[in-house]
Amino acid sequence: MVRSREQIIFDVVNYAIMIVLCIVILYPVWYVLILAFNEGIDAAKGGIYIWPREFTLQNVRVVFENAGILQSFAVTILRTVVGVITHVLFTATVAYALSKRRLVGRNIFITMGIITMFFNGGLIPTFLLIKNLGLLDNFFVYIIPTMFNFFELIIFLAFFRELPAALEESAFIDGANDFQVYIKIVLPLSLPVLATIALFNGVWHWNDYFTGLIYINSDDLQTIQTFLYRVIAQNSSSQMLQNTGGVAVFRSTTSRSLELATMVITTFPIVCIYPFFQRYFVKGFLVGSVKG
Amino acid sequence: MSVSSATPYSPRTQPPILSQTHSQNISQNQLHYQPQGNPQNVSEHSQHNFAPSDKQKPIHPNKDPSHIQRKPKKRTLQKIIKQRWLFAMLIPGVVWMIIFNYIPMYGIVIAFKDYTVFDNIFSAPWVGLKNFVEFFNDDKFWLVMRNTLGINAIKLAIGFPLPIALAILINEIRFVRGKKIVQTVSYLPHFFSWVVLGGMIITIFSETGIFNRAVNAMGLADGPVNVLTEARYFWGLFITSDIWKELGWNSIIFLAAIAGIDPALYEAASMDGATKIQKIWHITLPSIKGIITILLVLSISAILNTSVEQFLILQNPLNLEASEVIDTLVYKLGLQAGRFSYAAAVGLFKAIIALILLVSANYASKRFNDRAIF
Repeated sequence: MVRSREQIIFDVVNYAIMIVLCIVILYPVWYVLILAFNEGIDAAKGGIYIWPREFTLQNVRVVFENAGILQSFAVTILRTVVGVITHVLFTATVAYALSKRRLVGRNIFITMGIITMFFNGGLIPTFLLIKNLGLLDNFFVYIIPTMFNFFELIIFLAFFRELPAALEESAFIDGANDFQVYIKIVLPLSLPVLATIALFNGVWHWNDYFTGLIYINSDDLQTIQTFLYRVIAQNSSSQMLQNTGGVAVFRSTTSRSLELATMVITTFPIVCIYPFFQRYFVKGFLVGSVKG
Repeated sequence: MSVSSATPYSPRTQPPILSQTHSQNISQNQLHYQPQGNPQNVSEHSQHNFAPSDKQKPIHPNKDPSHIQRKPKKRTLQKIIKQRWLFAMLIPGVVWMIIFNYIPMYGIVIAFKDYTVFDNIFSAPWVGLKNFVEFFNDDKFWLVMRNTLGINAIKLAIGFPLPIALAILINEIRFVRGKKIVQTVSYLPHFFSWVVLGGMIITIFSETGIFNRAVNAMGLADGPVNVLTEARYFWGLFITSDIWKELGWNSIIFLAAIAGIDPALYEAASMDGATKIQKIWHITLPSIKGIITILLVLSISAILNTSVEQFLILQNPLNLEASEVIDTLVYKLGLQAGRFSYAAAVGLFKAIIALILLVSANYASKRFNDRAIF
């Protein structure tokens, strides 16, 4: 097919827009990255746009030497791992029970869940509940209140319905009960959807700072995002430096560059795994929004 | 209480299967001399809105409905006992929902009470609409309403069409590789946390940041432009950062809808000599009209669901005039000042407006487009 002049113009304009878009998205990321790897006091002078002027790993090293930051990282990793495992297994288990049409009262339970998708108590009543449950300043506040999600339950539900019924039937004939069928047959077959939900939930756990901000007081239990929030938004960068100790460090590393290095380290794991899991993310997004 | 509506799910409205209905159906079935025990026939002949029988019904002796007739009264209880494993899997979820979803919904009553830390929800005295009246008379009421509605209306007006445009443009890229790269890059910011994004914004827009250098170098301004601390820049900063973060991610669903369009339509249009723009306008857009409508209804209803995380990051004491919205006010009044009842009333007021928006957007869409989410 001969491309008409109009089509050529369209393509040129389209590619130009796409290139500009990619630059607009990638450059700010790059800008932060080079500043994080530039020597702190030098970076404060400005004028670094394309490449670090005085490349150094000092900022990153200081972050890894800071006990408080390391503690926050440990809390974040623990919270993400425990949170994702409990969330995925709990939601999937309830979803499996609800996926059986023979379940007595199924529609009542489904209606009950759908209501929770559209209405919730809001910030204040939820806060009072968490307080009354004794979850304030408790590690489990990261895990239990987000363990279940009806929207994701529906994604599981749609998936379980499409599994071939013959597999479950043969197990029933062999005398297995519902729970055994679920653990031994359904769960292993559901790995794609489990992975999708786990990734969504993992990113959420990793990036969430609000839970830590409102429910956690002690520094030992705050996540890295909450820590960063307090540093960035409350301008307490100086506190960060006090913890680092050594005077030698003080000279070449500014609070600003420490902040940047922490940001880079925090985001690094997600940016690394994201391209490999992109198709799962996209697939999960579509299952959730188109089906239902 | 708030209306969450990020979920395009249309609830099925089937009545629960009650035991009486079921046995009634079966006796009716016998009157018609149908071969007994076939659930398919039962539902065909019943006038009740019977849940459609499971296509993948196991051919298990225990599931055979014929034995139900023998003891119709004990049927439900027997079934529950038979399904004890399913119930063991279900009940923890139901208990969780009651504790973490339904108790807070009940907790909204404190909006009509005068709750202090010394009371519990039950013992606090009722005060009627006092908290609401106080909010309407508050100096901040109009400011907060203006910011909440203004920021979100502009965000919707700009942020809703852009992902559609991006999806159309990505779809027109000819090289598969180029398409993949643009998709990967544009989805990336979605995975940054608001905290990290806030740090990036501060780095870029601070007095020594690249933004001010560029603006000054180009001669657009003399001296530093205080984007972060001047109220008049807040709306722009907020909306731009939101679009930057979510543009690519929001385009995924439109891209999928476009991928589902029959290529024969485009070929036919090419035969008739349609230009690219004409094809986009007359084929692509009408084909994805349905999904656009549904997402628009959901976005309108979510208009007040501002992300408090995003506001807290970009808000500072100097730009409060433009950045104080209902959600941040609830956060500050309730969790920082400890005025739980007042904050709950403000939150409930927001939820009511959101509900009105959802219902009216849905009505409009049903009326003009014949599509609705419920």
